[in-house]
Parts: sequence; structure tokens; C-alpha cells
Amino acid sequence: MDVLMLSRLQFAAATMFHFIFVPLTLGLSVLIACMETAYVRTGNEVYKKMAKFWGKLFLVNFALGVVTGITLEFQFGTNWSRYSMYVGDIFGSLLAIEATAAFFLESTFIGVWHFGWDKLSPKAHAITAWLVAGASNLSAIWILIANGFMQNPVGYVLRNGRAELTDFWAVITNKYAWLEFFHVVPASLLLAGFFIVGISAWHLLRKNNTEFFQKSFNLGISVALVFALFTAAEGHIHGNNLSDTQPAKLAAMESHWETQKNAPMYLLLIPGEDGNVLEALPLPGVLSFLAYNDFNAEVKGLSDFPKEDRPPVVLSFLSFRLMVGLGTLFILLAGFGFLVRNKVDQYPRLLKALPFCIPLPYFALWAGWTLTEVGRQPWIVYGLMRTSDAVSPVGAGEVGFTLVLMTLLYALLGAVGIWLMVKLAKKGPEDNTPIQA
Amino acid sequence: MTTLMETGSLHYYLAMIWFILWGVLWAVYFILDGFDLGVGTLLPFLARSETDKRALLNSTGPFWDGNEVWLIAAGGVTFAAFPYAYAQMFSGLYLALMLLLFTLIVRGVSFEFRSKVESPGWRKAWDTAHAVCSFLPALLLGVAFGNIFQGIPLDETGFSQAGLFGLLNPYGIAGGILFVTIFMMHGALWLCIRTTGELKARAESVATKLWPGVVVLTVLFLAYTAMSTQLFANYLVYPVLFVILLLPVAGLVLMRTYLGAGKYWMAWASSGLYIGGTALFGVVGIFPAIIPSSPNPANSLTIMNSASSPLTLEIMLVVAVIFVPLVIGYQSWVYKRFATAITEDDLQY
Repeated sequence: MDVLMLSRLQFAAATMFHFIFVPLTLGLSVLIACMETAYVRTGNEVYKKMAKFWGKLFLVNFALGVVTGITLEFQFGTNWSRYSMYVGDIFGSLLAIEATAAFFLESTFIGVWHFGWDKLSPKAHAITAWLVAGASNLSAIWILIANGFMQNPVGYVLRNGRAELTDFWAVITNKYAWLEFFHVVPASLLLAGFFIVGISAWHLLRKNNTEFFQKSFNLGISVALVFALFTAAEGHIHGNNLSDTQPAKLAAMESHWETQKNAPMYLLLIPGEDGNVLEALPLPGVLSFLAYNDFNAEVKGLSDFPKEDRPPVVLSFLSFRLMVGLGTLFILLAGFGFLVRNKVDQYPRLLKALPFCIPLPYFALWAGWTLTEVGRQPWIVYGLMRTSDAVSPVGAGEVGFTLVLMTLLYALLGAVGIWLMVKLAKKGPEDNTPIQA
Repeated sequence: MTTLMETGSLHYYLAMIWFILWGVLWAVYFILDGFDLGVGTLLPFLARSETDKRALLNSTGPFWDGNEVWLIAAGGVTFAAFPYAYAQMFSGLYLALMLLLFTLIVRGVSFEFRSKVESPGWRKAWDTAHAVCSFLPALLLGVAFGNIFQGIPLDETGFSQAGLFGLLNPYGIAGGILFVTIFMMHGALWLCIRTTGELKARAESVATKLWPGVVVLTVLFLAYTAMSTQLFANYLVYPVLFVILLLPVAGLVLMRTYLGAGKYWMAWASSGLYIGGTALFGVVGIFPAIIPSSPNPANSLTIMNSASSPLTLEIMLVVAVIFVPLVIGYQSWVYKRFATAITEDDLQY
């Protein structure tokens, strides 16, 4: 394999692994802050217990998220140095602002939150929880603004052999970035909801700490339902926007080849890299409607893009369907769970199934990012710089070596981390050792 | 590489400000992460019981995460303000940097993992990982900065091909040894603040014994620097700059004085002054280069040929002026609130 493919694999491995932990951090931090706020407002100890129990799981998750994130910032320099030179003027400053304005806050106050249970008043402690939650989500904004620039570059001019910033306001108000934010953050809350619901269901089935886990279940399922709906609705707007910003991605995710008006969506479709292997059962105009909210609109097909400008079709197509399929499942599952939430003990099969649903939102998020990043190919910055021109002139041997090392290290740490979280989750809140123990 | 700016233009002064801030960020990173890396390195030598180990880990527990962000910020600022230098530095030092990142990853999770399972074998494994992965970053950072001070073999296209073994030259290794020793000293002083009883006595004795070592190594390193690098060139042109050397020297003297007097906070702050002063000395030495090229200085990456556009530098400056004081403010509050001598109740990791 050449250094380009190895670097792509390394980046994919690093981001996907990082992204096991990030969405839970984003979502759960907010829910924990809500629990602590409820404790401050009502004085009910059960909320404090909730914050502490879910907080313990949060901390293990957080540690893995932070340490794997550090690698990512530096990978732009190590593996994608030509990219860093070309767009560093814009992209680099966004990362630097993220560190200065958000990551500092998050990392400093996670220590305070962790060690401050006995040193701060409940109110002050709840404030630190909000600082951590706010800073994590603020981080997400800056990172997604940076990613938004790669998806839909704005506010720059090509000068001195690179992209130079001309309009910072355009960069930070990039519609693409904000559509990503309002898709990813609600999806993260949905994920945190299912995480809480899954673990609570496991305990409710065993009648452990019923009051505690019923309260947690109700919180989790409500959050999951609200944000499952929000994410799906926002996803539609996101798809609409693609027809303006990244028509090739839109065509690839639908495996749509011929430019046409009243474009159909096929219920049965087997995609291929050079045309569809099979297409049957068309729903006339549906694709046009999804792309433009208009059944008669013209949708550009992949055949109208030069072959070297087409993204990988099969992977884009499948990841899009996986994401949407799971999204639909979440709405149904969370809807049903919400309706029966107060008598959920009468649905043992649901309680048995829910813990196994915890991984599903992770798959949906991965699929979404696969579509986002693979669908952008062959561009690293859409329409501006090709991925193949962005890679560092380092040896394939070095990249291969660190790729293997990183994969082994991440697999080991991930396995240990997940094993620890399962262990802590099963132990439940009855364990009275202090949170830091 | 083309020259992008005129010396003396607004762009040049902006780049110069960012060069100074860049140096300050690295210095602050070394001062802050330095002590927790030092404490980690000292773990196998200082801790004799489980209680001792917990005390050592808890002494840095609430702080290490916030400290490490200074590395992210220093890296981010290199990327934002000097993208060409960032690209060269990080791809050129590819293996060393990856290794540094891997060790920081293992170290970070060891804080969270060690206490979660009640098994001596489990704890010992994470303690060992913690110590090794505190020692290696200190060493690698020293090697990396030693090589930057010395100059990196950049060719005319700018791309450096310095492999890991190319970095492990005698001067680079000298930098590594200096960093490890300094960080251990800094960590031992931190432990004098945060521990009590026998453990504190041991930390004090380690600090006292390390001090002459730090002095000798500093002198040797400076002599080695004068012989084998161009780092003194700026100083010889503007001898007034030698004043900067007073900072580390004052730091060294005050460190020993306060340690003897039992004023540990002041002793620790003095070692911070020493570290910051040493870093500043190096940064002023390489100016206007960020990555000096050796043997051909014409290929150096300087503030002139590697800076971002004036607009980016301006916006970043506004961000820095607003947020850096805020960060310093809340981090100081955390240190003040949480950096007291550890009691039995605090032994939680």
C-alpha cells in the first residue's frame, strides 16, 4: 500500500476510534449537568446519586476521548503536511481557537468536577458540570466549523500558493458547518439517551435500585425520543443543502447516475462504481423531492461528473442507508419505550433488548461520518484540494509501522475501557465508595 | 519556499508577536506538564506503599489534563500562526512525535484505569505504564527541542527527512537528559507542596540531591550548545540579550534557597522560572527561525516564510488576548483551590 492509502487508513482509524467516545461525552455531559441541577433545585439525593453513577462512566469515557483526540490534531501535521500548508491559514486557526476557547475550559474543569465533590458546594459543583458540558459542545462547534470548511470552503482567496483567509465571518457562519452541528449534537444526545436507557433496562429487569433506574430510564427515553425526531428532521434539511454544496455526494449516496427531472428513488437498488447493477421499483420524483423539496426538480447524476471527481459510490450509498435505517428504528424504539415508560417492567423483552441497542447509535454516527468524509472524496477540501495532493512526503514504512502500533494500542485501550465501563455499569450505584475511588 | 513578507511591515510585526507567544506557550507547557511528568517519572523511586502511590497520583490528578492542553494549544498555535513550520516540524519528526503521542495516551488513561480494579497486578501494570509514559515524553520533548535548537536537515524543498535515529544524535540526547532531570526536579518540588510526613521528607531529599545535577547539566548543556549550534549567534550580535540568561540562573539559585528554607511553593515557582527562562533562551536563540535548517540556514523556516496571512494573525491575536488571561485566571483558581497538602480523604486514585 502507498503512503496515501496508509495515511487515509490511519486517519480513519484514529477518527473512528475517537468518535466512539466523543458523542457520549457531548450528550452525557449535558444530562449529568441536568441531574446535578435537579439535585440543587430539589435537594433530592437520588439526583446526586445519579450524577455520581453516570459520572463515573462518563469519566472513563472522557479520558479515552481526550487522549485519542490529541493524536488527531497532530495528524494533520504528521500525515497531511501538504494540506496543513495549503489551508493552515484557515483550518489551523480554527483548531487553535478550539483549544484556547473550549478545550482548556473542558479539561481544567473536568479535574475540578472529578475532585470537587467534597470541596465545592452543590451549586458550585453543578456549575462545573455545566462548564464541562458547555465547553465540550463549544469544542464541537469549532471542530465542525473546521470540518465545514473542508466540506464547503468559504471566506478564502487563493494567494501565495495557498488558501488565505479573507472573511472570518463567512467561515464561522458556514451553513454546512452549522447543519453538521445540529445533526451531530442532537445525535449525541440521542446516543446518551440510549446509553442510559440500555443500562437502566438491564438493572430494571433485575429489580436493582428500581427508583434510581426508573428515574434514569425516564430521563433517557425522553431525551432519546426528542432527539431522534430532531436529528431525523434536521437530516432532511442537511440532504437538501447537499444539492447546492456537494452534488456529487448527493448523487453517490443515492447511486443516482443519469441527470434527470422528476428523479425517482428506487426501493430496490444494487449500486456499483460504474453504474447500478440493478434498479427496480422506482418511486417517481422522490429523489427530486428529497434534494429540492420539489418533485419535478432536476437532480444531477454521477455520469455528469468526470470519473476522477466521483466519490466511492457503494460505500457512500450503504453508509447513508445504514444511518437512515437506524434513525428510523430509533424513532420507533424510543417512541414505544416512551409510551410504556412507567410500566416498562411489564415488558421484559424490551428490557432485555435495550442493553443490546446501546451500540446502534454508535453505528449510525459512524455511518453518518463515513458518508460525510468518504462522500467528499476525492477532495480533502471540496473542489479545492485533492486528498492525494495533501499527504505528507513521509515513508510508507513509517506510516505503516505507526498505523499498526496505533491500531494495537487503541484496540487494547478500547477493550479495557469498554470492559471497565461494563463492569462499573453492572455494579450500579449501590457501590458506596467515593466517586474518585 | 518564497518570502511572503517584508521585514518591518505590519505583517512582520504580527508574525513577531506570534513568535513570542509561540515561545511563551511552549514555555508554559513545559512548566505545567513538566511537574506532572516529573512526578510520574519519580513514581517508582519515591513511592514505597500503595498509600504513597495514591498520594503521588493524586498530587497531579486534578491538574494534568488542563496542563496537557497547553501542548494542544502550542501545537495549535504553531499550526495557525506558522502552518509551514507546523507541517515541517510534525512530518519531519514523524516517528518521534507519534511515539510521544502514544506515550501520552497511555499515561492519560492510566490515571483513570488504575483504581477501577481491585487487583495488585492490575495496579502495578498501570503504575509501570504511568512511570514509563511519563519518562518517555520528557525525554522525547527534550530530544525534539534539542534538535530544533541545533537545526534540522531541511532541504531546499523544505521537507525534512530526519528519521528517529537521526534525531538521537548526541546533542539531541543531551537535550533529552536535561529535560528529564529538570522535570524530575520540578516534580519533586511539587511533591514537597502536596505531600506530608515521610513521603514529603523523601521528596525533599530527592529535590536536594537533584539540584546540583541540574546545575551541572545546565552548564554542560550551555557549553555544548555554544560548541555545536548557532544558538548563541543572536546573543553575540546583541549582547544585551544575555540578560535573559539571568532568568534561569536566578531560578536555579532561588530554587535552592527556598527549598532550604522550606518555602516549597516559592521553590516550585522558581523552578518554573528556571524552565521558562531556559525555554525563552532557546527561542530567542533561534529567532527569526522557527525551525532552523542545518547545515544550510538558507532553508530555515522563519517567521517570514512560514507565517499565516495578516488577517489570520490578527484574529488569532484577538482570540488570544481575550481567552489566554481567562484561562490563566481559572487555572490559577484551580491550583489555589486544589493544590493543598493531600490528606487521607484525598487518596482516591
